[in-house]
Amino acid sequence: MTPSRKLLAIALTVGLSMGISPSGHAQGAEPSAPNRGWSMADQYWGAEEMAKSRAAIQKEHGGMKAYYVQADRFEYRTGEGDPHLLWDVQGWYGGDKDKLWIKIEGKYAIEGDAFEGAEVQALWSHAISRYFDAQAGVRHDFAPGDDRTFGVLGVQGLAPYWFEVDAAAFISDDGDVSARVEIEYELLLTQRLILQPRTELNFAIQDVPESGIGSGLSSAEVGLRLRYEIKREFAPYVGVSLERAVGETADFARADGEDPSAVSFVAGLRLWF
Amino acid sequence: MMHFQLFKGSTYSGKDETMDTTRRNFLGTAASAGATLAMSPLIPTWALSASQGNLGLPGLTGSKFDLTIGKFPVRIDDRAGEAVGVNGTIPAPLLRFREGDEITINVKNNLMKDTSIHWHGLLVPFQMDGVPGVSFPGIKPGETFTYKFALPQNGTYWYHSHSGLQEQLGHYGPLIIDPKDVDPVSYDREYVLVLSDWTFENPHRVFAKLKKNSEVYNFQKRTFSDFVDAVDDMGLGGAIVDRSMWGAMRMSPTDIADVTGAAYTYLINGHSTADNWNAVFNVGERVRLRIINASAMTIFNFRIPDLPMSVVASDGLNVRPVETDEFQIGVAETYDVIVEPKESRTFALVAESIDRSGMAVATLGPQPGMRASAPALRERPTLTMRDMGMTHYGAHGAMAMNEKPKPVMIHGGMDHDTMDHGGHDSAEQRHDHKRGAGVDMVAMAPVNRLDEPGLGLENVPHRTLTYTQLRSLDQNPDKREPQREIELHLTGNMERYMWSFDGIKFSEVVDPIVFNEGERVRMTLVNDTMMSHPIHLHGMFFDLVNGTGDHKPRKHTVIVKPGEKLSYDVTADHIGDWAFHCHLLMHMHAGMMQIVSVRPHMAMNDHDMDHNHKGHGEMDHGGKH
Repeated sequence: MTPSRKLLAIALTVGLSMGISPSGHAQGAEPSAPNRGWSMADQYWGAEEMAKSRAAIQKEHGGMKAYYVQADRFEYRTGEGDPHLLWDVQGWYGGDKDKLWIKIEGKYAIEGDAFEGAEVQALWSHAISRYFDAQAGVRHDFAPGDDRTFGVLGVQGLAPYWFEVDAAAFISDDGDVSARVEIEYELLLTQRLILQPRTELNFAIQDVPESGIGSGLSSAEVGLRLRYEIKREFAPYVGVSLERAVGETADFARADGEDPSAVSFVAGLRLWF
Repeated sequence: MMHFQLFKGSTYSGKDETMDTTRRNFLGTAASAGATLAMSPLIPTWALSASQGNLGLPGLTGSKFDLTIGKFPVRIDDRAGEAVGVNGTIPAPLLRFREGDEITINVKNNLMKDTSIHWHGLLVPFQMDGVPGVSFPGIKPGETFTYKFALPQNGTYWYHSHSGLQEQLGHYGPLIIDPKDVDPVSYDREYVLVLSDWTFENPHRVFAKLKKNSEVYNFQKRTFSDFVDAVDDMGLGGAIVDRSMWGAMRMSPTDIADVTGAAYTYLINGHSTADNWNAVFNVGERVRLRIINASAMTIFNFRIPDLPMSVVASDGLNVRPVETDEFQIGVAETYDVIVEPKESRTFALVAESIDRSGMAVATLGPQPGMRASAPALRERPTLTMRDMGMTHYGAHGAMAMNEKPKPVMIHGGMDHDTMDHGGHDSAEQRHDHKRGAGVDMVAMAPVNRLDEPGLGLENVPHRTLTYTQLRSLDQNPDKREPQREIELHLTGNMERYMWSFDGIKFSEVVDPIVFNEGERVRMTLVNDTMMSHPIHLHGMFFDLVNGTGDHKPRKHTVIVKPGEKLSYDVTADHIGDWAFHCHLLMHMHAGMMQIVSVRPHMAMNDHDMDHNHKGHGEMDHGGKH
């Protein structure tokens, strides 16, 4: 018996003897009916053997863990500026209710041979409703000479009309508060040819001049990607992405001699396993 | 004629089929098992085609059998795969018993994992029912477990693993119990048709993929061109309203089957359509087909174009013959039909999956080796608001999904009369069960749909079977009115691929459903999901309340249609802990399972008292883990 099963067995035994009901209910049971557990087979095959197989069968029917890794965007971007590689990968491990959720996003300038920033989020994700998880955790940004750490609080799930939504607020170790909302939609042209509009909005509560961010809506990105699902799990795509810095953020960009808006053509792979 | 004839091909005469298949367990010894076997080493003799010498079921009875569970290679549709099953064949050997016999079956486990055999529909003592963790501890690797039980019944049944996902890998076979008295069904020739679904993917991977993306196998979704067609049909406004209604609910009207023809090769007796299982008849003969749906995940529509079928038994028990042209058969259900081909021509035996993503076609013909022309797949059906348990079609209904149901008064007593008519009971439905992330919808106004043939068969241009047409041939043994009613909701969240009863997955269950010995209980099932669920109770037949008085059809498995509320009565005459679950394997694996515990009277006194009938409000704290 593994330690965890042993613990479970002990907990069950204690729970049974104390008449504690941690969960579940027997709807419609007679008032006086004894209804703790089921153990009639114990008399034939032994209580210990049965306890083990009971724990195993229950775990096997609804208690299993799963994992998921998805590269929603893994692409080559070219346009007015330098060509880049961009990756936007997330994955989870856990049960139906609680998961460890990791998100990795980054950009790499091919000609400059330099990372232009990469971030990693490690989140605890808890199912709070039929279609949404609440997520909390940390984010770390790797930027040349300017690493920063944030606390994260967000929600992710499926909104009415099939919009995939990922919205999160971030508070940096300097106390700066920002937020990001990503929304995606899938339009099935055929069973395998799928058009995916995507938008990402970034907000900031206050100016963060060292990061070139102004308060309010700071930047927006709108993209349109057309993918072909050779398999559901494997889909090459092409698309276009329009990024635009807004308001003071745009001013910061101009002051740095950068164009606040950029159009990129993208080609990439959408993968999951 | 009252007795079936034995058709003994030269290969079979005097041989015990089980012995043959045992020998064939290892491929290395297959060559020694005779010419026919060498031709098709992976198919048991009963499931061979007529072209391979099978001219009707050999009549085999026995009372002692040796079965071996193991891994073995198979060839399906000319592609190599690996199976887990019994005696090295898919399907497993036909076990043929005689009613009243005492049976001994030794089951050896040659796997590296635990295994089990559940005798589906057989009224065995519960410790012989073969469900690990419920009736016994399972069969460990290398171990031989001996099942011993008597046979108080007769009819067409089957057996399968209740461990892991072994059913999906080929661990299933047919079982016939011949009546000890004269069979009321006369026939000249008989065949077993085991319908199943085979995938070359590892079933655990299939399940994992459904958890990651529950629509991964659906290649019949609504696309932009469907929208254009809808605009043609109902105008732009209508098409947008329709789309937005489904969109608002985040539900898909094409969510008919979780695992589809994209993953499955559908089989009849282990043969794909290409492998063409074929059987023979002589014009004028009465041919009995014993049809068993041994699939893991596929509800089939079964038909034989141009050949009417007379349904004579369902789930092993005789029903008053009813003639039909097509029926829906849920996973684990069985139907016996009599056909009387009057022309010397081929007939296609067609098992089409409920979502019309694929089918298995076999041939019934006057000569061995013939191939009937397969009909084309029909257009896939789509769900309607009715399948959501809504009586009103419209945007208003869609809005209601996001709201809690209005509190309504419930009447204390049971309304037997209403249910007994098998009519449509559209009173507003209470939902006292757990909600939350695992329950994506509830049926606001579920109705009794026993008089409907099943999803997608509403508008076919021929006769279809409904549950209300089934009438038991014998009077029901227990004609008492039920003393109490237990309502159970079928719940799930398609997006998260969670399935449960009353919002509680089996992994979270503490309390079984308790029956007291001897009582008559009405179980009412409310389907709060958009899928059809074949629900199976172990250990006892239930009498489906379909308006047939004391001739209710007695079944072990019943399809509960989307948005349906149906009832059956059970006599708790079989003490033990019994599994109760959705027979869609992945749904059961996800948690759609419970235990029905039939407690002897004396046990009532041993326990106490603090289990007063809890208010439903208090019951809601399940699943806090």
